[in-house]
Amino acid sequence: MNLEELHKKLIAAARTGVLDERVPHAFEKRITALLASRVAPDNLALWVRGLWRAAVSCAAISMLLGAWALFNPASATTAADDLSQSFESTLLASVDSSDQAP
Amino acid sequence: MEPTEAELIAAVLRGDTASFEPLVQKYSPRVFATTRRYARRESEVEDIAQEVWLKAFSKLSSFRGEAPFEHWLMRMTVRTCYDFLRGHQRNRESSFSELSEPENDWLERFVAAPENADDHADAAKLLIGRVLEKLSPPARLVITLLEIEDRSVKEIAELTGWSVPLVKVRAFRARGEMRKIVAKMAKEKYL
Repeated sequence: MNLEELHKKLIAAARTGVLDERVPHAFEKRITALLASRVAPDNLALWVRGLWRAAVSCAAISMLLGAWALFNPASATTAADDLSQSFESTLLASVDSSDQAP
Repeated sequence: MEPTEAELIAAVLRGDTASFEPLVQKYSPRVFATTRRYARRESEVEDIAQEVWLKAFSKLSSFRGEAPFEHWLMRMTVRTCYDFLRGHQRNRESSFSELSEPENDWLERFVAAPENADDHADAAKLLIGRVLEKLSPPARLVITLLEIEDRSVKEIAELTGWSVPLVKVRAFRARGEMRKIVAKMAKEKYL
């Protein structure tokens, strides 16, 4: 069998094939409907994605602060004491100054 | 007066999805014709065509309008068909032992007298379809574009996104691959 000739014949057969340009009924309507349905939830998806990112960031910050408070109880207490002392001094500063006045 | 293609594209980019419909209507015949060269089942053809249009819509902002929209769309179609071929290589390992009666008859006629085997015969078209299905995805793409559609190497490079030397290398390999498959078919049938 002449394989080269067979190869040529088969390619020639493929070339004679008429292009089938049939398009399914209302294909363009289907595509437009599909696009419209995809475009509409996109805004919602953007919001959801943004909120999820914010939630993840908040959770990460909370966990970090929690871990920091857990592993540094002493410094946390000291800081809290310092803060309460400062707050008290500030609040009572006017009373102290009036007591000291003759 | 009907809006021009450029106006339709601009409207789609502004968010008017309905303006995409005339483009789909106008170019779908070409998209389907190209797709039918690579996929046999009608359900697959429709899926590929749908993917082409969804991609075209999502990437429309990258269309600069320097070349006609049709060229840009056909590049997308060919590349989507290539992706399809790469993902569906199920028929490549099947044998030629299950040829239909008309296909066998055509081969018998060819063996008896090659000039009597008609190029236009449906059996010959079925046979070349079987041979093409056995080619690797790049080989099938190159053989289809170069040998069947008679496109130049430069055109193929533009359509596929491959470089000109790569198209030449793949064309050389594809012809070798096809000769091997035709020889295998002859061997299975006549030895």
